[in-house]
Amino acid sequence: MIEESVDKIEARAKSMRINIIKMLKEAGSGHPGGSLSAADIVASLYFGGVMNYSEDDPQHPERDYFILSKGHAAPVLYAVLAELGLIPEDELLTLRKLHSRLQGHPDSKKLPGVEVSTGSLGQGLSIAAGVALGARLNQQRDGGPKRRVFTLLGDGEIEEGQVWEAAMFAAHQGLDNLIAIVDNNNLQIDGDVRDVAGLDGISSKFQSFGWRTIEVDGHDVSAIVTALKTATLLDGSPVCIVAHTVKGKGVSFMENQAGWHGKAPNEEQARDALAELGGGE
Amino acid sequence: MTQTIATREGYGETLVELVKEGYDIMAVEADLSGSTTTKKLQDLDPDRFVNVGIAEQNMIGVAAGLSLAGKTVFTGSFAAFGTGRCYDQIRNTVCYADLDVKVAPTHAGISVGPDGGSHQMLEDVSLMRGLPGMNVLVPADYWAAKQAVRIAATTPGPFYIRLGRAKVPTVYEEGTVLELGKSYVLREGTDVTLVAGGIEVAQALIAADELAKEGISAEVIDVFSVKPFDKPTLLASVQKTGCVVTCEEHSTVGGLGSAVADIIGENHPVPLERVGVRDMFGTSGEPDELLAEYGLDAAGIASKARAAIARK
Repeated sequence: MIEESVDKIEARAKSMRINIIKMLKEAGSGHPGGSLSAADIVASLYFGGVMNYSEDDPQHPERDYFILSKGHAAPVLYAVLAELGLIPEDELLTLRKLHSRLQGHPDSKKLPGVEVSTGSLGQGLSIAAGVALGARLNQQRDGGPKRRVFTLLGDGEIEEGQVWEAAMFAAHQGLDNLIAIVDNNNLQIDGDVRDVAGLDGISSKFQSFGWRTIEVDGHDVSAIVTALKTATLLDGSPVCIVAHTVKGKGVSFMENQAGWHGKAPNEEQARDALAELGGGE
Repeated sequence: MTQTIATREGYGETLVELVKEGYDIMAVEADLSGSTTTKKLQDLDPDRFVNVGIAEQNMIGVAAGLSLAGKTVFTGSFAAFGTGRCYDQIRNTVCYADLDVKVAPTHAGISVGPDGGSHQMLEDVSLMRGLPGMNVLVPADYWAAKQAVRIAATTPGPFYIRLGRAKVPTVYEEGTVLELGKSYVLREGTDVTLVAGGIEVAQALIAADELAKEGISAEVIDVFSVKPFDKPTLLASVQKTGCVVTCEEHSTVGGLGSAVADIIGENHPVPLERVGVRDMFGTSGEPDELLAEYGLDAAGIASKARAAIARK
């Protein structure tokens, strides 16, 4: 478990955002919007004293799990693994390139630290529920600590029907070691989630499936850490944290712009973005 | 001694045997535990059985998660839904991440019978063998099905096992040991090679008897392991006989017939005839009626054998 101060976690998130811009600029393709929106959430998860996870032993059999269901936000995962020292920072610049471990979407066969490959949307919650159930059965048999599974979903992603199959299942099984976080940045490729698919009322949807829910400002590190810690204390049901976020957060010209879902910044745009993030050369 | 028993009957009971032997096995079912026989595992130990309800995509995802927690996981449902409805989950989660998930739905093929075309899965072998890293086993009978389940449980990585609903004659003896990557020559012959999979093996053996009456010597091979495919056994046979008939209760697009065509085309081209469902959906009927209707019975195989020999 790594527990850093709010200031330190905020600095981590900032450093992650800088790396996200740098690696996407170098790759020439990829997904900045949903990576930037999730940076504070992911930093809080790994550095907020929430997950039982150690950079010294990332395969520890008693570790907590993080599954990035919204696999296109791979850069935010690679950025946090770099913060943990599990990826050399210069390797980040190999993102999406031939023979890189840093695939366009996370590949667990290539990169340790990726618990399971993702990329096809809507599958992470089912996988997380399976791990949570398996971990609970193993604990009943072998003892040991309660192992938790965290998974991060996009709000557009939860339009996938499988997410609700999994939501029904997890509540029915009473998987209180499962915590889903929805990166509610309101945008998907074709526009506003409410315009594209009528998606609204995420908390009430999960509640109706038997989940507990917590709403939080997804860019307030102190609030995120509190929400995550609260979620780990709730017994009897899975918990969904709906994190209200801004797509492209931290780079003003990318914020709230659906067009920055899947487009890399060019040289000039990256320079402007890095200047704004305080990561200029 | 020949018995008449469905391949699916070898599924749940072998899972039970494996658990009793100490394997950490679980089954994830989608509301069909009685039909698929996974209920036998539930009856043994409820903690080793998970019912996700009618939710095949979640079934595969939960199975993947359980495998990450160290379990060897078998999945249920019918082949139409347990492969087709969740193909992307099998592709992108199970195979892409190379997980220890064994996709073993039942009710594959035309022999499902009266439920009709919606439930008669004829594309499953095609879908599954196209996936990198997927092993594909097509047991010919109950004893082969038990071997397939055992091999899948004790070999790391993704598996597809094709299991059926209809009662079919056994072709193997109790205690027969089969291997991944192997085909089995069940009858030796010199005039034509009948390459069969699943319940078509029994039909091919009957066809060989019919052909023998005409003085035609047919070799019968059971392709137990469609992937990896036992190329040496196939090639040795066709080099001897000079022609081949493939027999499968599956579409002729992408299944055993296609696999054999790939191999002989690249290595030893000989006349090839294919018995299978010709790029169409099935229809309601009893299994034996359907085998005759689609030319999958022994008479249909014998007819194709004569055609193959005539082309030599």
